[in-house]
Amino acid sequence: MKPGWEMVIGLEVHCELKTATKLFCGCPNMFGDEANTNVCPVCLGLPGSLPVLNQKAVELAMAIGTALNCEILPSTFHRKNYFYPDQAKDYQISQYDEPINVNGHLDLPDGSRVGIERAHMEEDTGKTSHAGSSGRIHGSDYSLVDYNRSGVPLVEIVSAPDMRSSAQARAYAGELRAVLVASGASDGKMEEGSMRVDANVSVRRSVDDPFGTRCEIKNLNSVRSLGRAIEYEADRQIALIEAGEVVVQQTRHWDEDAGRTVTLRSKEDAYDYRYFLEPDLVPLVPDAEWIDAVADTLGMMPAVRRARLVRLLEESGGASESQLDQVATVVDLRLDDLVVSAVAGGVSSGLALARTANEAANDADAARRLDPAAYLALLTMEAAGTVSATQAKAVLADLLVRGGGDPAAMAKAKGFEAMSEDSLASTVAEVVVAHPDEWGRYCEGGEKGDKLAGFFTGLVMKATRGQANGKAVATELQRLRGG
Amino acid sequence: MVSSGEWSAVDILEQHLAAIEAGDGAVHAFNLVTADLAREQAVEVDRKVAAGEDPGLLAGVPVALKDNLCTRGVPTTCSSRILEGWRPPYDATVVTRLREAGAVMVGKTNMDEFAMGSSTETSAFGPTRNPHDTSRVPGGSSGGSAAAVAAGFAPLALGSDTGGSIRQPAALCGVVGMKPTYGTVSRYGLVAFASSLDQIGPLATSVADAALLFDVIGGNDLLDSTSLHRPTPRALAVLDDGVDGLTVGVLSEFLDGAAPDVVARVHQAAEALAGAGARVEEVSVPEVAFGLSAYYLIAPGEASSNLARYDGVRYGLRVDAEDVAAMNTATRSAGFGAEVKRRIMLGTYVLSAGYMDAYYNQALRVRTRIIEGFTRAYHHCDVLLGPTAPTTAFALGAKVDDPLTMYLSDVCTIPSNLAGHPAISVPFGTGDDGLPVGVQLLGPALSEGTVLKVAAVVEAAAPPLAAPVLVEGTPT
Ligand SMILES: [Zn+2]
Repeated sequence: MKPGWEMVIGLEVHCELKTATKLFCGCPNMFGDEANTNVCPVCLGLPGSLPVLNQKAVELAMAIGTALNCEILPSTFHRKNYFYPDQAKDYQISQYDEPINVNGHLDLPDGSRVGIERAHMEEDTGKTSHAGSSGRIHGSDYSLVDYNRSGVPLVEIVSAPDMRSSAQARAYAGELRAVLVASGASDGKMEEGSMRVDANVSVRRSVDDPFGTRCEIKNLNSVRSLGRAIEYEADRQIALIEAGEVVVQQTRHWDEDAGRTVTLRSKEDAYDYRYFLEPDLVPLVPDAEWIDAVADTLGMMPAVRRARLVRLLEESGGASESQLDQVATVVDLRLDDLVVSAVAGGVSSGLALARTANEAANDADAARRLDPAAYLALLTMEAAGTVSATQAKAVLADLLVRGGGDPAAMAKAKGFEAMSEDSLASTVAEVVVAHPDEWGRYCEGGEKGDKLAGFFTGLVMKATRGQANGKAVATELQRLRGG
Repeated sequence: MVSSGEWSAVDILEQHLAAIEAGDGAVHAFNLVTADLAREQAVEVDRKVAAGEDPGLLAGVPVALKDNLCTRGVPTTCSSRILEGWRPPYDATVVTRLREAGAVMVGKTNMDEFAMGSSTETSAFGPTRNPHDTSRVPGGSSGGSAAAVAAGFAPLALGSDTGGSIRQPAALCGVVGMKPTYGTVSRYGLVAFASSLDQIGPLATSVADAALLFDVIGGNDLLDSTSLHRPTPRALAVLDDGVDGLTVGVLSEFLDGAAPDVVARVHQAAEALAGAGARVEEVSVPEVAFGLSAYYLIAPGEASSNLARYDGVRYGLRVDAEDVAAMNTATRSAGFGAEVKRRIMLGTYVLSAGYMDAYYNQALRVRTRIIEGFTRAYHHCDVLLGPTAPTTAFALGAKVDDPLTMYLSDVCTIPSNLAGHPAISVPFGTGDDGLPVGVQLLGPALSEGTVLKVAAVVEAAAPPLAAPVLVEGTPT
């Protein structure tokens, strides 16, 4: 970002809901099947067919609204009229001026808050593919439309123009994705299109200036391309203004390979969608009981999960910067319940967090299926010195591969037994004798001297191939130094 | 008759097929006669009767279906080229209910293209003629259904009524036609014209038959979100209750634009009701005067959206062209007739940015006022009485080039669609030209029982109407 400029970003996120059936008919909500097999008169828009609203989709939309701190209101559906072959009825049923969720917000991990203007329901379109050499609509020999996606339920989440950097926009997209997954509404896969992000970007010289003319950027297929596209677009707009030109309100297409945005259509070409109230549906008026029932089934949101781990760290002395990163990782991977149950079982929060963020995270899918009792047992053994850290990691890797087991038995089978006090003491003594200079400096103590404890511990670990318990080595070193 | 074993369904069907064979060349009530399908259904009814099984409420009764009701595997054209070759993969809910009731479906009837018209002259397949005088129109848009019942091709027919499309042709053909309360009959499988106004209803030779057909097709349907949650109607049960103690309001606004011979029949019907014990008074609902204007903004608006799907991509007609947009344009230019195009353009215009509030939204406000006006009238009246159409059947070609005059044919029927209320047209003698006159009874929402029992009294008092005599062959 060029100094002396500020960007203003708002995001529109389309999220496919994880319902069993489509928004207005009973067809399966499934991808990857043979084209035009999950279709019926309704989602093909056949003459005479009528939509019937899917109750589960409404519940997931309300779950998103609740998770985003929105007001849930009585709502209506409109028709958005435009011709396109993958639009079965040549209109899309969408919520317009009376959306189900309004006025919410999302708190980001850095503590900033982004307003949510609305999160409304609508139906997805089919998918067009252009056959022929170019693969594009111009120059293609013919086009094929698959209506399996036609009528799949979507929720469109519109943020306020509250973001001021591409990093913040990326953090918003990431956090929103986590919220959508946590609420059970979506699998949030941007690359597969189940979460689709459009960015509205404008620039201004000062926070006191009014918003500049914005451009909407489409075709952002990852959080990374979202960040790149915003940076490119802001630079493009700044260059225009500095050259004395004006930014024209446009919809622009992000070209990932070229790394730039290109004009899709300008405001003058914008469709007149001729929105009007969908006469085939009745107003949606969820009562308080229904709204409460949805809220009650809602899982804990990522921000709450992070706060829960930070609280555990603070109870035992505070959270370091790197531990906050570990907290973010663990919550992102939805492994925080493992940490919480281990701490409840008496393991220190630092150890539980480190093992989870560093080792369990390597196979998060397996870790989510792990029996928390087995995990607790392993960490308890490590904390007590029954196995060393290295051994604990090896057992954990095994646990994840096998999908469970008794850590004590697994450690025994691997020959991981705590070293006897005698054999530990003699190994420490050997290492000390072999490094008299370092020993001397260690014995002098002070900040520099104490640091050599790590040096000796490392040598002992090497000599015992990791079988020694780090804590026991430290105690022995202290004892030899005489205090 | 069939369920008692007195007649076989097959015999009844063959009589009607023979009547169609003899007379439909002159009338052109049908786009398609489904003789084979009907014979299968009739045989099945006779088998059930013979086996002692319940053959259903309409066992063996031939029924004609307006060609905008989806019938599985049977062409459903809306009398439009654009649906050429399309066979729906499903039955409309009303068709399913007719099948379950043992009805025998004899064919699909002609109509104004996409139900847009009042004379059945906008059909892409040529006009239907009035059986009482084949130089006259049968009314529309359900002109084929009304003519089929009037000509004796089928004792019952289904039509759809968006602005009078059941009642006006019923009046012009001298049969009974009812538009039920919006939401009492499922619209699933009715090809949409104007979704907030469309309603399927019965056409029959008598009020009792219309009530029976309404009982069969009505009731909640989970496939139509606007379908009302109420038990299946039992209109037939109250038919003989009479009008003693009821108040009938003669709606003065409806008399204003009607021909004197039609007005005379309305007054005669009012006297008959008074004679039967009803209190009759004159009532004014000034708001209905704005109904026509509001209708011609709301209905085309919805239609412009409903008819967008005929784009050549998925079914029906396709005229190939350079690219998709050109193909859409070529297909729609070739597939739609002039009246349909006129309404699509009008509807697109009234929904456009900058015009929507002045036109479409203003029309919705008028619609609310009309409902308020009716509500006021129903504080002291049980039903309202007026003509169904301002005149008797007019000559073919008389109004087809003058849309505004044609639109006036529906001035008395449109307000009930805007309000969503039930209304019925009952034959009541003839006009000065000897052609049938229909009088209309209107009631508040869900008052079908009351409307039908008043209609039964009017029917009983009606001057006799000669059955049409059809000359074999095609008219010149
Ligand atoms: Zn479907």
